[in-house]
Amino acid sequence: MQTAAKPPVANDLMGWLTSGALALGAVIAIIVASKATTTPMMVHTFIMAAAFIAGIVGIMNLNMRLKAGHYDAPSPSGVHYNEGVVKAGVIASMFWGIAGFVAGLYIALELAFPALNFDLSFLNFGRLRPLHTSAVIFAFGGNVLIATSFYAVQRTCKTRLAGEVAPWFVFWGYQLFIVLAATGYLMGITQGKEYAEPEWYTDLWLTIVWVVYLLTFLATLWKRKEPHIYVANWFYLAFIVTIAMLHIVNNLSVPVSIYGAKSYSLFAGVQDALTQWWYGHNAVGFFLTAGFLAIMYYFVPKRAERPVYSYRLSIIHFWALIFLYIWAGPHHLHYTALPDWAQTLGMTFSIMLWMPSWGGMINGLMTLSGAWDKLRTDPVLRMLVVSVAFYGMSTFEGPLMSIKAVNSLSHYTDWTVGHVHSGALGWVGYVSFGALYCLVPWLWKRERLYSLKLVDLHFWVSTIGILLYITAMWVSGIMQGLMWRAYNELGFLENSFVETVEAMHPYYVIRAVGGLLFVLGAIIMAYNLWRTAKGDLAEPISVHSPAATPAE
Amino acid sequence: MIKHEIFEKNSIILVIGVLIVVSIGGLVEIAPLFYLESTIEKVKGMRPYSPLELAGRNIYIREGCYNCHSQMVRPLRDEVERYGHYSLAAESMYDHPFQWGSKRTGPDLARLGGKYSDEWHRAHMIDPRAVVPESVMPGYPFLADTELDYKYIADDLKANAIVGVPYTDEMIANAVIDVQAQVDPDSDYYDDFMARYPKAQVRDFDGNPEIISELDALTAYMQVLGTLVDFSVYNAEENYR
Repeated sequence: MQTAAKPPVANDLMGWLTSGALALGAVIAIIVASKATTTPMMVHTFIMAAAFIAGIVGIMNLNMRLKAGHYDAPSPSGVHYNEGVVKAGVIASMFWGIAGFVAGLYIALELAFPALNFDLSFLNFGRLRPLHTSAVIFAFGGNVLIATSFYAVQRTCKTRLAGEVAPWFVFWGYQLFIVLAATGYLMGITQGKEYAEPEWYTDLWLTIVWVVYLLTFLATLWKRKEPHIYVANWFYLAFIVTIAMLHIVNNLSVPVSIYGAKSYSLFAGVQDALTQWWYGHNAVGFFLTAGFLAIMYYFVPKRAERPVYSYRLSIIHFWALIFLYIWAGPHHLHYTALPDWAQTLGMTFSIMLWMPSWGGMINGLMTLSGAWDKLRTDPVLRMLVVSVAFYGMSTFEGPLMSIKAVNSLSHYTDWTVGHVHSGALGWVGYVSFGALYCLVPWLWKRERLYSLKLVDLHFWVSTIGILLYITAMWVSGIMQGLMWRAYNELGFLENSFVETVEAMHPYYVIRAVGGLLFVLGAIIMAYNLWRTAKGDLAEPISVHSPAATPAE
Repeated sequence: MIKHEIFEKNSIILVIGVLIVVSIGGLVEIAPLFYLESTIEKVKGMRPYSPLELAGRNIYIREGCYNCHSQMVRPLRDEVERYGHYSLAAESMYDHPFQWGSKRTGPDLARLGGKYSDEWHRAHMIDPRAVVPESVMPGYPFLADTELDYKYIADDLKANAIVGVPYTDEMIANAVIDVQAQVDPDSDYYDDFMARYPKAQVRDFDGNPEIISELDALTAYMQVLGTLVDFSVYNAEENYR
């Protein structure tokens, strides 16, 4: 169906309203800055004021450009897709990705060689570790999710993204959240809850950005030209809605003063612990799983040029996954002061979660039915498929580790760290890389990537890195768990704690080497994408072309 | 699959469906913790942190100690022998936020109080490898040189009172004095302070009487960890969960 191309129009009212709100925000930030009780709070309020003022300039510029006719040409089907904000998201993903991976490499080296802490507050492991986790999860992962969701929702709804100011507000607002969180950690501003470290004002700002994100996504769905909402969008929607719920509840707190950064969590002790891990586990479940499954459901079929394997399985996968995930939080608190019934419930649901997880994996892998030969010729598709394989492995390992008997050994050790990274590097990393490799030629209107050989190199370098990483952590984790509980023949504990720390050293070095390879892979990727965007081609004949790939 | 169409054609119904489905698990698991006896019981000896201990706890959080140290001894033979009595829910009832941790790159700290001397802690914080050569802990020499900023400490107690910690008006009013009183055994406020915070340890923690440093506060916090409940009189069966 060919519709007449409807060019985007500037919405002056929305522009003025947003500018007004930002101006008000800047005034409040400056007032708070003038009375700030600590220097870090003053730094943060100045950053906010500056960002809000830059935002007003940005909105004026955006509306002027729209009125002057500066927007992307319509697609062949006659839709003016908003691709600028997706491009920005792709660049931000790559930037924060490398920043987060490098931070991870650095703290891995700190554990192997503690002199690298340099006795400096802002370089110590305790402050850099949240910087690493937030940078990879929220900065890299979050930008990938925003970019891919904005791309996929437009294409699957055959309509331009809702609003002109709103998508850019989401993008830049989210970058401001990242900058506030990251600079806060370095200056010692933290709530002290894992993966929810940003303080109350940063949390409030993210809430505003997130609501606009949800509304932009929903309003785009409302404009859709297709009767059905595509399966990838269910997952994006579940991710956006549930993260909002988790974020708001887990961050409920009372600030000491509006002029200071510090706040105290509304909950204490055991209630705080379960709320935190209800949040923490579902940050994994909805941010790092549901959101990235949406990427799988859009990009794998697209790249393989095959429909999703099973529509019924998609439905079961979706509802079972989001229902079961929420219950799994207590497995982070086995044998703690949390009541036994809650631990058992958490374990039971974690084991059940294996089923929908593998249902999703099967749905992703089997989408390649009839296109398996492409794995040989298309390293991007290979990356996407291996990501789904890693997803299958991590979602098998997770339920295993949630069994109380296993957990009594694995908890508090590097096994957990290894498990997280097989999911984070293998699943989240690779599915994101695959999506970015797809997006750059599409967005910058290039025939194909600069070099498929470099994609191949990236794939092997980082795969070796991941394998080094997770095997080192398996060995060190299980070894440390066993050393802690070892008794000598007289019935005394065999090892002092520090002996187990000493035993970790070689594995920490191997892990850092693995991390280094993963960073190198990402740098190769950034170079490849940059040359692609420039319009360069490395290989004269496309490896992807049918001529070079005899069918069997 | 005709019936599923309703979700696929109405985004609002889909959103409502998602919200209902993702709410159930959390409600069933978390809500009971706010009224079950085993999770809200009070154990003899537990009291709110003194202002200096609270300031020390905030430094512990600021430096991200929870990234490598747990504060939760599990009821497993080796842990109880290594660290001491397993942790009770009540022992973190005034902890906003909890600091149970999830990783032991370093040892558990739930029962750290009284295990090492102040001098050991001072040497260890300034240069961990001076006392434990195999340690991978970062050094924190700057804590000993940094004066503790406690002029707004009463506001911290107030915020804690709002979220349910039983700080009295008297405690809030005397917060600044109590910080000073805890590092000076000869102060006139000693008896009042001890009445407000029973079993509190009063001394110059960092070995430098010239200033009240961040190390004073952090050491006061580390030395109180796990010491408030008297396990010689604690009856586990009474609180069986």
